[in-house]
Amino acid sequence: MNFWQTFYKNKLMVAGAGIVLLLFIVSLLAPWLAPYDPGQIDLQNVLAPPSWQHLFGTDQLGRDVLSRMIWGAQISLKVGFVATGIAIIIGTILGAVAGFYGGWVDASIMRFVDIMLCFPTFFLILAVIAFLEPSIWNIMIVIGVTGWMGVTRLVRADFISLKERDFVQAARVIGASDARIIFLHILPNAFASILVAATLGIAGAILTESALSFLGIGVQPPTPSWGNILTAGKDNIDIAWWLSLYPGLAILITVVGYNLLGEGIRDALDPRLKK
Amino acid sequence: MLKYIIKRLIFMIPLLLGITVICFGVMRLAPGSPTDLQTQMNPKASVEMQERLKALYELDKPLHIQYWSWLKKISRGDLGTSFASDHRPVADKILERLPITISINFLSLLIIIFVAIPIGVLSAVHQDSLFDKITAVFVFIGFAVPTFWLALLLMIFFGIHLGWLPISGLRSLNYEYLSAWAQFVDLAKHLVLPVLVSAFGGLAGLSRYMRANMLEVIRQDYIMTARAKGLSERVVIYIHALRNALLPVITILGLSVPGLIGGSVIFETIFAIPGMGQLFYMAVMARDYPTVMGILLIGAILTLLGNLIADVSYAVADPRIRIS
Repeated sequence: MNFWQTFYKNKLMVAGAGIVLLLFIVSLLAPWLAPYDPGQIDLQNVLAPPSWQHLFGTDQLGRDVLSRMIWGAQISLKVGFVATGIAIIIGTILGAVAGFYGGWVDASIMRFVDIMLCFPTFFLILAVIAFLEPSIWNIMIVIGVTGWMGVTRLVRADFISLKERDFVQAARVIGASDARIIFLHILPNAFASILVAATLGIAGAILTESALSFLGIGVQPPTPSWGNILTAGKDNIDIAWWLSLYPGLAILITVVGYNLLGEGIRDALDPRLKK
Repeated sequence: MLKYIIKRLIFMIPLLLGITVICFGVMRLAPGSPTDLQTQMNPKASVEMQERLKALYELDKPLHIQYWSWLKKISRGDLGTSFASDHRPVADKILERLPITISINFLSLLIIIFVAIPIGVLSAVHQDSLFDKITAVFVFIGFAVPTFWLALLLMIFFGIHLGWLPISGLRSLNYEYLSAWAQFVDLAKHLVLPVLVSAFGGLAGLSRYMRANMLEVIRQDYIMTARAKGLSERVVIYIHALRNALLPVITILGLSVPGLIGGSVIFETIFAIPGMGQLFYMAVMARDYPTVMGILLIGAILTLLGNLIADVSYAVADPRIRIS
């Protein structure tokens, strides 16, 4: 790959990082950035189209859509990070144990992964939520608990190739415990692929959360989320296009940002993974 | 070949058992016991009646015995009775809706195949051309678009703004009075948006995969051999390379089954299509546990079947698989 191609790739990654950073800032500064209180109802101004007073219009209760979207950014950031964190922790531990020990431990963990992969993920999430209360915490946990299988396979593959290396043998010779070898010696070497999986996982979790909230089984109103603003968009589909357009655009840009960042990190950290 | 199929089928048994264990586990998540739900709604239910219900569900027995009798029941095709007001067997409710969901998913799979494969092949053959770059951007956006949002935009544009396509249901109100041809057109019009939306998710993935695959095959030695013996570029690409690049696509299509089935919840709900996905959504909203469990189980079994069909077709297409 020549310099310009590398630069081009990096430019895309920089764009991704910029989007992600912007979202962080918007989420952190939501109370100051939002022009209105996201819960402030204005029945005189219901379903007002975009104007200078309300840049993205108002919803069916006269609430400012832009303000709700700014607060919604915070929700999707939270869900993305917590859900992915759960998936990464479960996936890393199971994958590390399976790859390191091999044998029946590996076989049983990987059969469990196979079984979990038989379920359409969205079905599994919905079924679990049917039994629990739909709250933001339950959503995060359920998305995390149903999304660790890919990470397990990835980390396992890394561990299988790493555990035969000389530095692992050396650690064994000086009498390091299994846990020490797994977490201090091998795991840091698997960091690149885990980081990539995490970045792409956040994008997936944000998409799932918005779909759940859209269906009314995710983040519950009045808490604003991009998904549940879109529900209002569907209910008023013939009169208020702005309720459908902008929140979806926000989801799209966010997911593109994380995907660009993730693929950029993959190319930069681990040349072996390059296509 | 038969031996291979039998081997695959035997391999499926532990997976199937695992699926039932997980379903059973999800069922135990229910707050309180399943009997509470029925008795709480009925104030006349006495303590004695609760005990009887408990005995019926064998809730007084240890967990493994509960699982065993549940397993015996589902293996007879008995998925229990719906909690909804119609009190119908869950299996019947699912079966009458399953053909709609499967047909729509089958149509979208066809669209995915016939659109994504040419795109992938063309962008690989003309690597770094303008076409390749434009499709790369589309693929990237395709990965990030929430399908339900795409559905909303299409509904607004084609359904409301242009008024070309209906935006809900499968049939118009006057369907009964139409001629056979008009009925077909009516159905087709109702299906355009749902099928496109459900196909969209798979398009990006498969065309990207096809491109990578094709690029890899083109670099192989036998392609160089084909060129060396003086075959035209067209024969080399579209006969020698394409056939080999197409093989792994079978597996990918098998793997895309759970995504398609899972996605049916979203597009069937948005477009008000009376399929299994919509039933699942309604059951989740109404906490109709037997129906939720039944569909979860059927969804997993469909995925397993999709994988089996993919494995077997791969073995038919590639002798190396069935011999080793």
